[in-house]
Amino acid sequence: MGNWIINHGLTYFILVVWMAINTFLFVWFYFLYDLGDRFIYTRHILGSALSWARAPAAVLNFNCMLILLPVCRNLLSLIRGSFMCCGRTIRKQLDKNISFHKLVAYMIALMTAVHIIAHLVNAERYYNSRHGDYDELSTALSNLGDTANTTYLNPIRSLSTTPILLVFTSIAGLTGVVITLALILMITSSMEVIRRSYFEVFWFTHHLFIVFFAGLVFHGAGRIVRGQTATDPPHDPKHCDDEVDEWGMEENCPIPQFAGGFPQTWMWVIGPMVLYVCERLLRFVRYLQSVQYRKIVIRPSKVLELQLMKNGFKMDVGQYVFLNCPSISQLEWHPFTMTSAPEEDFFSVHIRSAGDWTQKLISVVEQLPAGAQGPKMSVDGPFGTASEDVFDYEVAMLVGAGIGVTPFASVLKSIWYKSKESNPKLSTRKIYFYWLCRETHAFEWFADLLQVLEREMEERGMGDFLTYKLFLTGWDQSQATHVMVHADKDTDVITGLKQKTNYGRPNWDKEFEQVRAENPTSVVGTFLCGPAALASVLAKKCVKYTDVDPRKTKFYFNQENF
Amino acid sequence: MGKIEWAMWANEQALASGLILLTGGIVGVAGQFRDWQFAAYAVAAGVFVCLLEYPRGKRNKGTSVERTGQYCFTVCVKSFGPLTRNYYVRAFIHAGICVPGGFMLATILGCVCLGIASLIYLAAAIRGEHWEPILPRKDSARKPVADSINRPPQNPPPRPPAEMRRKRAEDLEGAAYVNPIPVTANE
Repeated sequence: MGNWIINHGLTYFILVVWMAINTFLFVWFYFLYDLGDRFIYTRHILGSALSWARAPAAVLNFNCMLILLPVCRNLLSLIRGSFMCCGRTIRKQLDKNISFHKLVAYMIALMTAVHIIAHLVNAERYYNSRHGDYDELSTALSNLGDTANTTYLNPIRSLSTTPILLVFTSIAGLTGVVITLALILMITSSMEVIRRSYFEVFWFTHHLFIVFFAGLVFHGAGRIVRGQTATDPPHDPKHCDDEVDEWGMEENCPIPQFAGGFPQTWMWVIGPMVLYVCERLLRFVRYLQSVQYRKIVIRPSKVLELQLMKNGFKMDVGQYVFLNCPSISQLEWHPFTMTSAPEEDFFSVHIRSAGDWTQKLISVVEQLPAGAQGPKMSVDGPFGTASEDVFDYEVAMLVGAGIGVTPFASVLKSIWYKSKESNPKLSTRKIYFYWLCRETHAFEWFADLLQVLEREMEERGMGDFLTYKLFLTGWDQSQATHVMVHADKDTDVITGLKQKTNYGRPNWDKEFEQVRAENPTSVVGTFLCGPAALASVLAKKCVKYTDVDPRKTKFYFNQENF
Repeated sequence: MGKIEWAMWANEQALASGLILLTGGIVGVAGQFRDWQFAAYAVAAGVFVCLLEYPRGKRNKGTSVERTGQYCFTVCVKSFGPLTRNYYVRAFIHAGICVPGGFMLATILGCVCLGIASLIYLAAAIRGEHWEPILPRKDSARKPVADSINRPPQNPPPRPPAEMRRKRAEDLEGAAYVNPIPVTANE
């Protein structure tokens, strides 16, 4: 239980606070409309459906404000940077921004459903009241506003207005339909199936959020929810509701006046909207900045290494950038983790052929004459994720699965530079690196890097600093035989490294035991870049092997995902 | 956007529309709205659309992910043959189903969403896509075991008589053999 609190506590605390605010808003506004005197007459026609529509509206205001914030990448990087002092647990929460964005989106969808259903009932009740289906008071209230000097309560002004006509002739109705459609299209195209396989559909459809926010801001402009206003002399519904015929004629019961509430949604969402616009402007400015190619290398297995330079570009370990190549696609930005260290005067990315865009880029570059500059490229970033924290931990366990090994290229290079310069910022004393892949195809460049590091560390007598284990999870019989035959050789037959390759998946219990045994009093940071299934396994192991005793080994889990 | 199978998105949209039609219909019937008959129709139409769209089709490229428990629905939908395989037919069915929903406020959202799904299916059909059922793979990965496993050999394998096989003390050189795999001590 204690382990769980250390590893997950702050996340769940934030979620509890968020749900508490949602619940509070819902209950507060529900009773505001259910018990408020201003709405006695409105409630007489609509019943509790009024409150059931207004309460989710308040929750929607709050959540529409929140939803833009987790996707302001630059803002999050800024916050991350300014929290460098304040402990890694807080910064870790910023890694989960997309999960929070999705959670808020689900809440918006749920509240939209409740809001719409309640308003469907409201529209029907207004219609019936207009047609005299309810009691005398209701009919009288609906008739208000037909003559001069009176303000109306029932937005259905004429007998021929059906609920559908009401929706399509009122600002609230029209904007409501439009934004709900936008929301539904955004949600169906964000389903995991679509997002993982046809990212462009998701990305372009998701820009309907512009329509969503535009409509949302104007949704309340028609002031269709009406409450009673003060008159002189005042009209008290509790006394006057049974003397409908006397209204206007009796002294204490003048004709009641109504007005709609001031639209408030814009007050909630204007801040985040401005922030997001700034975010996109920044992206555009970066798009215009020039980027030069320092070197282009085609690696084995069609991996493209680009070494780029840009004025004023400063990166940290394990960060990623978005690349845009206008000659391939004007609007697409693709993320790539940087594989160079901050100590180098350029930044590099290794690009594998994994889709339309990457394939086109590789074929364009292959046809370039030697030494020529590559196609015009724009770079947005850098954006920071968990790997920045590696040097804060005394002991680090780095687990890279498949393509997930890329951020660790940057980490290892940076460690190498830092240890060469004896950089005091490096608190790391020991690194355990686990590389899992089905086959080394497309990662030969990484094996090269490990070879270089291995050699240099041995030369400086630091062989103990880095322990790495490679796991080939896709071995077959012929490979195993080949290895058996060459079992005597000093270096590994597959990678050429001194550390032998292991076959199959790692036994995590054994690995964690080993780390704990070798580092009995340290704080160990576990960093994973790989599939979600592995993440949950490692997260559980971190919780399992963490000691509640603060003097003993503690494991913290960090995860990157794309 | 070359490799997109529009049918995948159309399927998500249509399933969502079915649910929205169903919900709108239930509200209309339960609240006894005017024109509740359209709402009652929407309940039936919503259920039909959900049943039709629940089983995901097989993707042309890449792994197809099934929805939970969709196998029985797959079998039902498959049994209609070309009616459900062809996306032109689906586009027109959805376009037809959605129209009565447009006459009542509670169901109009479902109507428009289903109309959009119909348009996406039309795009899929024009691009030549069609619905393939996801069926469980037959387990042919295991190497088939020969029938002789049921009849073990009766006799030992042929070998020269025991006299010849015994190592002879006179001919130590000839009796020795070399290990094909080098044997080293465990480190």
